[in-house]
Amino acid sequence: MTVTEVISGWTPSQLGVDGEVLEVVRAPHPVLATEGATVDPLDPAMLKLAADLIVTMRVSPGCVGLAAPQVGVAAQMFALDVTDHPKTRTSHGVFVLCNAVVVEASRQEKGREGCMSVPDFTGDVKRATRLTVSGVLPGTTEPVTITTDAFEARALQHEIDHCNGKLFLDRVAGAHAVYPRKVYQ
Amino acid sequence: MSQLAVTVIGPDRPGIIADVTEALAGTGVNLEDSTMTLLRGHFAMVIVCSGPFDEVKSALEPLRGELVITVRTMGPEHEHAPIGPSYVLSVHGADRPGIVAAVTRMIASAGGTITDLTTRLSGELYVLTAEVELPLTADLEILNRALEITAEELGVGVTLSPAESDEL
Repeated sequence: MTVTEVISGWTPSQLGVDGEVLEVVRAPHPVLATEGATVDPLDPAMLKLAADLIVTMRVSPGCVGLAAPQVGVAAQMFALDVTDHPKTRTSHGVFVLCNAVVVEASRQEKGREGCMSVPDFTGDVKRATRLTVSGVLPGTTEPVTITTDAFEARALQHEIDHCNGKLFLDRVAGAHAVYPRKVYQ
Repeated sequence: MSQLAVTVIGPDRPGIIADVTEALAGTGVNLEDSTMTLLRGHFAMVIVCSGPFDEVKSALEPLRGELVITVRTMGPEHEHAPIGPSYVLSVHGADRPGIVAAVTRMIASAGGTITDLTTRLSGELYVLTAEVELPLTADLEILNRALEITAEELGVGVTLSPAESDEL
């Protein structure tokens, strides 16, 4: 099986545990500025956290990714699913990744990001649109390498930043690149 | 405790912000929103803060002279309610009078509102960048056509592009 097949074939049911909805913390909560600890992907507590991240992501409208620090846990784990986003080109479906690191990043483009943990602001951030990330799926031990582009690449970098205690606010593209959140209708 | 608007304008030098905000901090004032930039080399800052008017005014007194400082009491805070999706408006071309007026008039007549605007002149080149909100009812096609016609008359280029954020 290729890496893409492994990740795309992964489903939350493989975690063997039901997740529950956790409260999403907001800046300036200190956990959001804390570098997450490396996790043991076989630890039952981590499998539970993976299931919780997916369930919490699912119940949050428009949410395509959620990192452990956003639910108050300073750990290197996040859930992602950009399947239905209009800006997605390559997609690996829904998955959770532990101890993810960026291996290669190129073709930076600016885009405006919002974050559930920073509900009152958005910001312009430059991110690589070609990206290779390595990490471990929960419940497994073999590292997987994901190569992706466009919106999935942006979302991965945003979530990996969370795992390292960074918010999009740490990466904004200039003094006038943070905006009040626009909620209309 | 009232909300105050403090404006500071003057020749630029290192340390103006530190001087002004140190003086304000001494009065126990709480800085809220502020913006600062250099406009053709002049220091220009606006601060909205809440604090006691008389104390703020006298704390800034020693800095007057090289700097033009005003302190005004503001009315009650109005939460800006966004009227619709965001766009970035960019205009650039040879400098001539009336560019900002003509282009922003088009936005206003479409019911749009500008939430941030910067203009820069360098040599002959004039550059305008603005954050615009347009009501959902605005006809984008007609607005774009109107902007094109205006731009053509002015001899500048104009682009209106969506600036919606993606939730991550």
